[in-house]
Amino acid sequence: MNINGKKKIWSEYQKEIPEDHYFYVRSCIRQNFFPASEKLFLEIVRERLSLDFFETEHHTTCGGIAYHSDTIPQETVMTIVARQFALMTEAGYKNYVASCITSFGLYTEILDTWHHFPELESKIRDYLWKTTKREFQKPEYLAHASDVVYKLRNKIASQAKYKLVNKDTGEPLKVVEHIGCHYSKMFPSKGVGGAEYPYVLTGMIEAWGGEIVDYPERRHCCGFGFRQYLVQANRGYSISNTHKKFESMAPFKPDMIITNCPGCPYFLDRWQYVIKEMEGKTYGENGEGIPVFTYEEVAGLVLGYDPWYLGMQMHQTAVEPLLDKIGIKYNKEEKYLL
Amino acid sequence: MGKLFDRLNEDYRFREGLNACINCGTCTAICPAAEFYKYDPRIITDTVQSKNEEAIEELLKGDTIWYCGECMSCVTRCPRKNAPGLIIMALRSLSMDTGLFIHSEKGRQQYALTVALNNNILNYGYCVYPRTFKYKSHPEYGPVGKWIEENLEAVHKKVGSNLDGDGPGILRKIPDEDLKELKDIFDATGATKRMETIEMYSIERAKALGMSREEYLNHIFTTTLKEHHR
Ligand code: SF4
Ligand code: SF4
Repeated sequence: MNINGKKKIWSEYQKEIPEDHYFYVRSCIRQNFFPASEKLFLEIVRERLSLDFFETEHHTTCGGIAYHSDTIPQETVMTIVARQFALMTEAGYKNYVASCITSFGLYTEILDTWHHFPELESKIRDYLWKTTKREFQKPEYLAHASDVVYKLRNKIASQAKYKLVNKDTGEPLKVVEHIGCHYSKMFPSKGVGGAEYPYVLTGMIEAWGGEIVDYPERRHCCGFGFRQYLVQANRGYSISNTHKKFESMAPFKPDMIITNCPGCPYFLDRWQYVIKEMEGKTYGENGEGIPVFTYEEVAGLVLGYDPWYLGMQMHQTAVEPLLDKIGIKYNKEEKYLL
Repeated sequence: MGKLFDRLNEDYRFREGLNACINCGTCTAICPAAEFYKYDPRIITDTVQSKNEEAIEELLKGDTIWYCGECMSCVTRCPRKNAPGLIIMALRSLSMDTGLFIHSEKGRQQYALTVALNNNILNYGYCVYPRTFKYKSHPEYGPVGKWIEENLEAVHKKVGSNLDGDGPGILRKIPDEDLKELKDIFDATGATKRMETIEMYSIERAKALGMSREEYLNHIFTTTLKEHHR
């Protein structure tokens, strides 16, 4: 068979992703802003697919946001990560799955640095022992939670109640995918599809009936930039980069955006609101924004979960235009009911 | 070979991030920071590879090293496998360790970041924690964000969080014994020392400006000059 172009490049970056027996660690940002996505992830793998995903209350932040805001040194973040690995080892697991791109990128970077500088790994093992009396094995397999959903995409499709299709026209919905820089820009071979043609979200969208939009700034950063958002005075950086992406995708009239990262959906969602407030400009149809989702939220919609159970009332950019296009049933009055 | 370069070279990120830069400018073309700020990662890389001590000191004192967003987009593209983003991280660490960060507006912001993020980690075990993430300092959180803040427990309960609860789950209370381990890690690996260094220089500066600690924190969190921007 002659596989050409992008397909060939993608095929070089396919990972062998284990399906079962994972040690699960959460994302700080997602727990704050998209908490129900993590709830749904565990519900799908544990309850619908009867897989083993273990979580301990003793895991903490990986320190990634602080590390990339330069408020903690490299050896600190490495020792915190080593502690997470120790918790995995103590629980008897070998596959490690992170619900966060910043974490996933950081774990990948740390394992690579230790590989190049084994003396640093020994030093970190000493630090960990001295401070916590813990020891660790390195994970045999490191996954991002979206890798697992990618792996399970066809099983999810087989249980689907809805497809990513416009109910009126029968056409596939046009979907913008945003990967998140730290997923594979540093270590392309660690992400499904590499850095040029990441396939992790594309694979889900294709399996669930939608169509991916290719647009010029598809790989541009969402604009988080750590200190460039976290310090109020710097937020012009953040919104300018998000603005650039929206201007670039707008001519392609996307119906929705699916994201991979903890921060990206927050910025793509919230900065649309701010651009509307500042300039009166909107990027969706009828003066609305383009709804932004996490991959778990999209999986949840496809599986027929209630949007408010999926936490979509926590979005600022309304999701209803997309729900209506697909024909998903929901109760408007219940949206903000507590 | 001068002292600052040697200290940079002790940083593993610097050693991983700097090979021979051919000044092609690919990193700058792809860089989101270079579009917004008067910033050019190519020049940073070229400056450090020159090993010019004065020029490196200027970088450590200046604003430019703080413009990068650490997205690592440059890493994918560099034809010589340099990582300007990693070089920046090494420069920033040295700027803080030497106290030179206090000379630039963007460097001084490290105090606000350190106070917010590191205290979240030490007090709660999270980098970002909902009880310290305030709508007031994040108006882009929007009316929905304000609603979430005003109904924090109820919203999180509704969507299935275990906010400040026992056992595993979303936003659970991280047990005290685990927070103690994080504190011990901070003490042993240099994070506490970094916090103290930044605090010391910042309090000195606040005093010189006649500001209280809170006024100074608010000042560096909210104020910036337009001249940074393109
Ligand atoms: S890591 Fe920094 S220098 Fe590299 S592309 Fe991103 S913002 Fe630019
Ligand atoms: S892309 Fe690499 S070689 Fe080219 S200027 Fe940037 S650091 Fe130097």
